[in-house]
Formats: sequence, structure tokens, C-alpha cells
Amino acid sequence: MLQPLNPVNRAVKNLGFMIALISSIAGCVLSLSILLSGEPLHVDVLQTRMFGTIAIHADRLSAFFLGTISFLAAVVSIYSLGYATEFLQRRNMVWLVFLYHAFLLSMAGVVMAGHTVLFLFVWEVMSLTTYFLINYDHEDPASRRAAFLYVVMTHIGTAFLVVMFMILYVYTGSFSFEAFTSAGPRLPAVAQSLIFLCATIGFGIKAGIIPFHIWLPEAHPAAPSNISALMSGVMIKTGIYGMVRVFFDFLGPEIPEWWGILILILAVTSSVLGVLYALMEHDLKRLLAFHSIENIGIILMGVGAALLFSSLGNKTLAAIALIAGLYHVLNHAMFKGLLFLGAGSVLHGTRSRNIEELGGLIKKMPWTSFFFLIGAVAISGLPPLNGFVSEWLTFQALLLGFHISDLAVKIAVPVTVALLALTGALAAACFVKAFGITFLGLPRSDHAEHAHESSPTMITAMGLLAMACVVFGVAPGLVVSALDPLASSLLGVNLSGQVALNGGMLLVPQSTSTSIAPPVLTALLMAIIVVPLLGGYLIGGKLRKRVAMTWACGLQKIGPQMQYTATGFSKPIRMIFSNIYRATHEIEISEETSPYFRASITYELKTESVFLKHLYEPVYNFIIVSARMVRRIQTGHVQSYLAYIFITLVLLLLFAR
Amino acid sequence: MNNVFGVIVISSFQLLLVLASAPLISGIIKKTKARFQRRRGASVVQPYFDLAKLLRKEVVVSPVASWLFRITPYLVFASTLVIALLVPTVVTPVPLHWIGDIITVIYLFALGRFFVALVGLDTGSAFGGLGSSREMSVASIIEPAMMLAIFTAAVTAGSTNLSIIVARLSSTPVAMLNPAHLLAFSGLFIVTIAETGRVPVDNPATHLELTMIHEAMILEYSGRYLALIEWASQMKLVVFLALLSNMFFPVGIATTWSPWALLVGSAAFFCKIIVLAVIVAVVESTNAKLRLFRVPEFLMVAFILSFLALILFFIIGA
Repeated sequence: MLQPLNPVNRAVKNLGFMIALISSIAGCVLSLSILLSGEPLHVDVLQTRMFGTIAIHADRLSAFFLGTISFLAAVVSIYSLGYATEFLQRRNMVWLVFLYHAFLLSMAGVVMAGHTVLFLFVWEVMSLTTYFLINYDHEDPASRRAAFLYVVMTHIGTAFLVVMFMILYVYTGSFSFEAFTSAGPRLPAVAQSLIFLCATIGFGIKAGIIPFHIWLPEAHPAAPSNISALMSGVMIKTGIYGMVRVFFDFLGPEIPEWWGILILILAVTSSVLGVLYALMEHDLKRLLAFHSIENIGIILMGVGAALLFSSLGNKTLAAIALIAGLYHVLNHAMFKGLLFLGAGSVLHGTRSRNIEELGGLIKKMPWTSFFFLIGAVAISGLPPLNGFVSEWLTFQALLLGFHISDLAVKIAVPVTVALLALTGALAAACFVKAFGITFLGLPRSDHAEHAHESSPTMITAMGLLAMACVVFGVAPGLVVSALDPLASSLLGVNLSGQVALNGGMLLVPQSTSTSIAPPVLTALLMAIIVVPLLGGYLIGGKLRKRVAMTWACGLQKIGPQMQYTATGFSKPIRMIFSNIYRATHEIEISEETSPYFRASITYELKTESVFLKHLYEPVYNFIIVSARMVRRIQTGHVQSYLAYIFITLVLLLLFAR
Repeated sequence: MNNVFGVIVISSFQLLLVLASAPLISGIIKKTKARFQRRRGASVVQPYFDLAKLLRKEVVVSPVASWLFRITPYLVFASTLVIALLVPTVVTPVPLHWIGDIITVIYLFALGRFFVALVGLDTGSAFGGLGSSREMSVASIIEPAMMLAIFTAAVTAGSTNLSIIVARLSSTPVAMLNPAHLLAFSGLFIVTIAETGRVPVDNPATHLELTMIHEAMILEYSGRYLALIEWASQMKLVVFLALLSNMFFPVGIATTWSPWALLVGSAAFFCKIIVLAVIVAVVESTNAKLRLFRVPEFLMVAFILSFLALILFFIIGA
């Protein structure tokens, strides 16, 4: 069974992902060289009469996103060497490798494009390759549906982007991004706001912010796990890239206050609802997909706060908020990539994504579970890992912003702070569930019972990302020193040293003495473990251990069905937030002889998506109804079609006269 | 005295103070509760004997449990000790104040909670999952209230650095009577009750499956592991009482490292936390445990108090 039927297929796989790995490393090097030198890369690609010079233009902002994309792509390429083995027998590897390469190249292209035509071209390539990748398991109707939903949603997004670029063209007379940067701030206010709204919707759909998120929880689980890691880790970040590019580079710095408020509202909605929906999921990959929505929300809190502070003239605070948001972009790429690769490893080892069927994997898959735990701690924003640093910076930016004397800020800031705290705590709850039910306790099914650890390449890839989560958490100086000049250049003022690094350790926003020192904190945490170890030894001597089975309430043996389920775990949250979930459940009990001995109990729980019901369904119904009305003139007779053509022609001639 | 030696001495003093006083505070609460129930109750030093006994006893580990079960007690204990180094108890600024601020403290507590909740699911027991689920749910509604209460204090001082918050307030004692401050204090007091698992949110003295939260998670722990977990939660209570007393009423806290100032500071600290501990015991004795799904409403009160505090702060200023 494991013997490859087609050696060519295997060679294509190995060679393809090796080339992807090498080119991703090249991408990292390019990104680092731009970040370190500060010199933008500019290459004229093509001279056209219609659109002017089509060019690649990569500044610090592009380089930062390029670095994030390339790093994750390199790791995922290593992972794919092992992971794609399972497709060897049933799939054409050339197709997968081709799509994979096109996908990586298009993502790099999106962040490096310096011209509208190039941007829209690679944007579409990115959308189409991901469409085919989501549809990779095309025998599965769910995959086909997810891919269709994705392609519809993403094209609605593209339509808004086209409109946005058209408006920019009308006012600047050029398609190049440099022209937009220089002329953007002088546009009339109405045009600016229209561009802002188009960008928010167009890029927001790609980023998966609520209420444009509906494709995301369908598409990410349907794709193969290495692709989900890339989609969730970096592809949705191209939406963030677009927003930052348009808001700060094209339109800034004179912007109305309501932009920041609107982005903050979208941000808190996405983060809180994203994590609340995630809590109800039992499909490991869907759960992670909802967490992507949550984290996009956290990133947008930084971006929104930056817009708000910038519109009120406080560029310093805006820079801190923007650094916080962009830092979280990198962090989320690392831990979400790690978690999706971990989910892929679980799927590989157990053939199941439903956590209700798992359990006890920590013994069967020790490495996967260890790295997944690191990812879970990081995404919950706990020290000393990377999620904590970016959330801390977001909190700091918001707290400092409270001093701006403006009514909207005074309301927006505390609400955002409270909801960010809520999001963090709910995320921790969700990952206790996700990790605890999947990896701990007793195996809940045969799948989990016979799980096996993944191949060394997959483990190496997860290990690399886990290491990144630790490094970016312990040494924030690395990231902040790259982001500091970037934020300064975007906001058009010299702010260097606002988030100061004292000896590479200390993060001090502004002149107040607020600081954290993650390296020292981590060292202290590790050193101080000596106290309980030594203290216990001194008082009680050597630790004596006895192995005895978990107490089973007096029954003979403890069984897996006696453990808490994921549904049970999230029950209190479901009750507390019942207004949001509107959960309905049905219990079916079949009895045999007496009500005390039940043959089976079926429990079915459904939670309702408010957005699907109240936003998308009416639109969908409207389209169906109008399509039915149009169908009346679609008779099927060629004669009538000829008549339509004739009438149209006459009308057109009348107009053109 | 701003040298390495001084830093080590003061930090060790702080660690020892929290380590040593934690069982006593827990003893005082138990004694007060016993008196309310017209019992004589155990001596206030009983918790020390309990800990010593548990530390000497063997641990029983389920074969289902993983390595998480074995490292968690040490991890929780260590993270609580790190917090004890960051929170001003008898002296401000604490020598290591630059390592972490109040947000770090909250998230370090969350780190400990995360691992204890995982351990609840580790042994395959039904009770553990029940505890973890409840603990994480309650924690997620505490968090916003706690953050807002702290926000008020931080906004007053212009920093989230705990030592600076305490120092600013102790230099302007009038600010302690600011209504915004008092509201934030009440908010944080409710948060303390919930965070440290006290009645009416949780009952530290029960093992009834209908009501227990924290106890359910650690039900499978025994011997030395249990001692470390118990001691860590006693220290957590002390740290929270220290936060309550020093963030809002830093009376008598030492501002220099001279022995006399430290002595006065220690005396003041003990007076304050003992008073607060007795208040906690009174609250515990005079209230019934709430049903689990009434707890959010109770915590909403804390949230609203903190929010009102911020609004008041905004209206009347610091």
C-alpha cells in the first residue's frame, strides 16, 4: 500500500517542494536585504502604451510581508515533502506542485507589485490557484461547495478593488502605485472615502473579517493542510497588506476620524465573534479557521487604532499601534501556520479532524502534541511566547491613546481594551478545549487509539515554527527594530526609537517607564523552578510516586465515554453567550424496556449564523428571484433572441446618434 | 543601594515574604469563617502543617496522565513566584519592576490557569473536564472586568508599570479618595473573589460536583503536587490582596531600601492584607454560593463598576 506506484510522481513531489524551499529562502534573503538597507527594490518589467510602465516596487512594507510569506512558505515546503506522500497514489503530483508554486509566486507578487495591472493580475492568479487548491479533493461535494463559495466571494472582493483602482486612476491619471502615493493625499474627501470603503470591503473579504468571512471557515478546512497553513498564515494577510498600503501609503496622513472608528468596530466584531464561533467547533481545522478571523480582528485593532490616532494628529501613538498590528501579522503567521501543520499531522495520523473522536494523542504523537501545545500557548497570548508581545503592544497603544481628548477615543478605547481582554481569555478557553480534548485523556475512538506519529520532515517543519514562536516572543527586538522604521516611513514622520530597545531586551513605548523584558522574564521563569524543586526535596525528600488508575466514581474501570466532550466543555460559554449563538438542540432518546435503561440517546446541536441568515440569505434570495424574473424573457426560441438583439441594436444606435 | 546585591536581597525578601505569609492568610480566612459558623476552627497556622505533610507524602499518578501532569505543579508555582517578584508588597519600586507590568502579571496568572485547566483534562476523569470547562468560562468573563479596573489605575498613573502606579499614588494621597478610584477598587475586589475561587463564585472548601470549579480541576492531584498547587493558589490570593491594597491604598509602603522603611512597610502590608482577608472571609460567610449561570451576572457588576470608574475618571479627571 505504501509502495509508490509511480516513481515519477514521487520525484516530481520531492523536486517540486525542494525548489519551492530554495526559492522561499531566496525570498527571505531578499526581504531581509530590503529591510536592513531600507532601499526599495524597483524593477521595470514592461513598457505598455495603455497602462504606462509596469513595475515591481518593493519597499519596507512589501519586504516585511514578503519575509513573512517566504519564511512560512519555506517551512511549509519542508512539511509538504512528507505530507504530500499521502496524495502520491491518488493524485497527479504535477498539478499540485504547479499550483503550489503559482500560489507562492502570486502571493509574493501581490506584496511586491508596484502597478495596478500587475497587482490585479497576480491577485487573480492567487485567487484562482487557491480555488483549485481548495478543490483539490474534488470528489468531496463539501470541497466543491467551499471552493465555489470562495471563488464567488473573492471575486466580489476583486470587483471592489477594480472600482477602487478606477477611482484612483480617474484622479491621478496613472496606474502606478508611486503616483497613487504622491497624489493620494490630495484627492477630494469624497473620493478618498470611497476608496477607503472599497478597500475595506475588497481587502476585507480576502482577510476574512466579519461580516465578509463566510468563505473562510469552509475553504480552509477543505484544502490540504499544508495549503490551509499557507492560506490562513499568510494569504489572508495580503488583505491586511492591501489595507495598510491603501490607508497609510496612498491616502494618509490627513484622514477623517470615522475611518479608524469603522475599522475598530470591524476589528472587535471579528475578534470576539471569531473566537466565539471557534469555541463551538469540533472540527479541528474549522476551529483554527475561525481563530484566523479572530486574529485578523486583533491585527485590525492595531491598524484601526493607528488610523484613529493618526487622524487626531498623534503620529507617535499611531506608530506604536501600527507596529503592534504588524507584529501580530508575523506572529499569527507563525503560530497559525504551526497549528494548521499540527492539525494536518493529526489528520495524517488518525484520519480524523473531529476532536470528539480523538484524545490521548500526546502518548501516540509526542512531537506533534508538544509543538501544537506551543502553538496553543502562543495563540492564547500567554507569556513568554510571541502572541503575548504583540497583544501587550496593542494594549499599550490603546492605553496611551486614552489620554487623547476626544469623545470617540474615550469610548472606543476602553471598549476595545475590554473586548481584547475577552478575546484573549476566550481564545485560551478554546485552546484548552482543542488541545485537551485532542491530545489528552483517553482515546475516544479506534482512529485515536491507532494513531501514529508523522514523518520527520513534518515534525521538523513544526519544530521550526515552534522555535519561531519562542524566538519572536523572547527577543521582540528582532521584529520591532524592523518594524520601527517601517511605521515611521508610512506615517511620514520621524519616530525612530518610539518603541525603544534597551540593550535588545526592553520594550518601552513612549517616555513613560512602562516596560517588559521578555528574555529576562523567560530566564527568571526557568530559573525559579528551582525553588519548588529544591524546596520540595528539602522538606519532603525524594519524590515518591505510585501509579494508580484515575478515580472512576466507584466504578470498576474508567472509560473514554466518561470524559468531558468538546461539546460539554463549551456548554457554559454557549449558555453565557446564548444571545449570540441562538443554539437549538434536539434530544432523541430511544427506550427499550424501562425509562431507566436507554438503548441510545441522540443529541443534536445547531448554532445559527446570524450573518448567513440576516445578511447573505436575503441577498441570495434576491438574486434567485430576479434571476427567475429574467428567465421569463429567456424563452429558448432563437427568433425572440434575434428580436432582442435587434431591439438592443436600435436602442444603441439611437443613443450613439 | 541600587546595586546587584541590593536587588538580590530585596527580591529574595519579597519572595520569602509571599511564600511565608500565604499559608497564614489562608489560615486567617479559614479561622474567620469558622468563627462565623460558631466553630472554634483550626489554628491559623494549620495550613503550614498541611503543606508540610503533603510535601512529604507520595504522589499518586494516573497511568492516563502525561508529562503535563507532572510539570504543571512546578510551572504554576514558578509563575506565581515570578509574579510575586513583580508586584509591590512592602517596597516600591520593586527591584525587578522593568521585567513586567500589570498586564504581564495578569497573563502570567492566565498561563498558570491554562496549564491547570489542561491537567484537568489529562487524567481522563469526568470531574477534571467539568472543572476546566467552568474555570475557563468564568475566567473569560473575569478578564474584561479585570482589565478595565486595572486600566483605570494605569490611566491615572500614565503607565502600566505597577511600581509607578503605586509610587504615584503614594505621593498624592488625596487621589486615593477619588470616586473613580474607589469604584475601580470595588470592581477589582469582585474580580479578586472570582479569580481566587471564593464564595459566591466558587467554594474552596467543597468537593461537590455540582458546585466545584477549581477543586474539580486538581482533584487527581495528591502529595507533593497537591501541596505545590495549593501553596501557589494561596500565594495567588496574597498577590491579589497586595494588588488591591497597594494599587489603591499604598499607605505606609517603603520607598527606600533602608531596614527601618522595610520594617514599617512590612507592618503596613500585613495590616492591610489581614484586613482584606477578613473582609473576604466575611463576604464568604455572609453569601451563598451562586448557581454557575448566575456568576456572569455577578461578574457583570464588576465590569460595570470598572466602566463607571473610567467614565468618572473621564468626567472629573485624576
